[in-house]
Amino acid sequence: MATFQSLAQAVADNVKDGDSIAFEGFTHLIPHAAAHEVIRQGRKDLTVMRMTPDIIYDQLIGMGCVKKLIFSFAGNPGVGLLRRLRDAVENGWPHAIEIEEHSHAAMANAYEAGAAGLPCAIFRGYRGAELTRVNPNIKTVTCPFTGETLAAVPALKPDVAIIHAHKASRKGDILIEGILGVQKEAVLAARRSIVTVEEIVDDFEGASPNACILPGWTVTAVAHVPGGAHPSYVQGVYARDNAAYIEWDKVASERETFLAWMEENVLKVGPEIFADRVKHLVGAKGAAA
Amino acid sequence: MSDFTPTEMMTIAAARALRNDDVCFVGIGAPSAACNLARLTHAPDITLIYESGTIGTAPNVLPLSIGDGELCETALCTVSVPEMFRYWLQGGRITVGFLGGAQLDKYGNINTTVVGDYHKPKVRLPGGGGAPEIAISCGEIFITMKQSLRGFVEKLDFVTSLGHGKGGNDRAAHGVATKGPTRLITDLAVWEPDPETKEFTVTSLHPGVTREMVAGTVGWTARFADAVAETPAPTKEELEVLRDLHARTKAAHGGGSDA
Repeated sequence: MATFQSLAQAVADNVKDGDSIAFEGFTHLIPHAAAHEVIRQGRKDLTVMRMTPDIIYDQLIGMGCVKKLIFSFAGNPGVGLLRRLRDAVENGWPHAIEIEEHSHAAMANAYEAGAAGLPCAIFRGYRGAELTRVNPNIKTVTCPFTGETLAAVPALKPDVAIIHAHKASRKGDILIEGILGVQKEAVLAARRSIVTVEEIVDDFEGASPNACILPGWTVTAVAHVPGGAHPSYVQGVYARDNAAYIEWDKVASERETFLAWMEENVLKVGPEIFADRVKHLVGAKGAAA
Repeated sequence: MSDFTPTEMMTIAAARALRNDDVCFVGIGAPSAACNLARLTHAPDITLIYESGTIGTAPNVLPLSIGDGELCETALCTVSVPEMFRYWLQGGRITVGFLGGAQLDKYGNINTTVVGDYHKPKVRLPGGGGAPEIAISCGEIFITMKQSLRGFVEKLDFVTSLGHGKGGNDRAAHGVATKGPTRLITDLAVWEPDPETKEFTVTSLHPGVTREMVAGTVGWTARFADAVAETPAPTKEELEVLRDLHARTKAAHGGGSDA
């Protein structure tokens, strides 16, 4: 059964230097508060993975927490490129990082294989695409029945998966609504997991019987962090803060403005400030269920 | 001469290429504008699918990201991302994939990965995302991009997703049975692949555009079909619907992107 903890304690107990971590979320439900806690605790040499690394990966990389990034699309969606990631890849600041690059289909399949306890994922992919030339972890297998050549990639099995969700029951069961991403697969593929939630409830009364995505016994730690996805969003609770994503492009454009922002908004504060950050977004257009 | 911009003409020409019974895998930016314009004009029953898992979505404003809440609220259903790529895309249920990119060659191969050497890039771009498999698994591919010498190049720095490869039957040689790029819609023209060589050939020039303007903005020798048509100018309705959509989008995103 999941342990209920403060976010600081959950991170201290479950995230170690050198770990591989999936902070998942597909635009929706990105665990910003948890990533900030990892930065505050000064974790180093992390291998981080996500299909769509965005602001939190820019922050982790810029603060020097990351050794290696496994990803399939690294951008600030609808806004542009990730400037701290680019600075690390193009100029080695604050230090060089290793990258392992895939397609979305590959990573989605690789998480699913991890959740299923398989060593690798097999899918029809990468034909005519050059990632096969630069990523030695993309190989091929021959179907024993049809002879078709298929792509194969290793299963993703992070040490820790960290996600944000709508609700946890008092048993630690987890409910998510809306865009589901690969969160269920990431948690089931991982050795340990931390789920931050908007709300802790006695039960999921009124929810669809199909709505609970993870039973409490598959989750390691649950932390109550209202607003913990901001500037990402929680379907039906608060809207995506598109202006903050646009603003990030300016913040991250220079090393100095980036470091000043991190000092002010991450290092000097705690996860309790996330509830305030979403107040003006509650009930805004896009938050309606 | 005209009261519309080249970008508006590109979006409208791309929208016209979509049919009411298409099931379309939509990318963010110009493809999203074109697909939603089609839905709001001649193709009201078109099925729009975004890779975040939303199937049959009908957003009132264009999403800033691939996973905005608006997409889920207006969708028929929302599935997980592994399901989206396995059952829906790889399963062969998508008729049209809409792609753009940083670099394009004359066979419709696309680069969204790096400018320069992969290991020492001049510019690190976002990467392929869904594109490598969209390019091989959708029934056909439409590409929409503004023409420029920087973008329309003789040789890509990196092949992120397969178009017609080296031309001719190269897709089949890669074990790919789908049609690949069947249309390239730019701010100046509509291009279609030559039936034999698969090289993009201009089949329609937008109003007021000359062959020299087209040829001067591509890094290869532009080919023109025997009979080059003129793209019909945007109708009053097309322009009004597109501009309303952009105005709603701009208001909703706090002055952000109107892509």
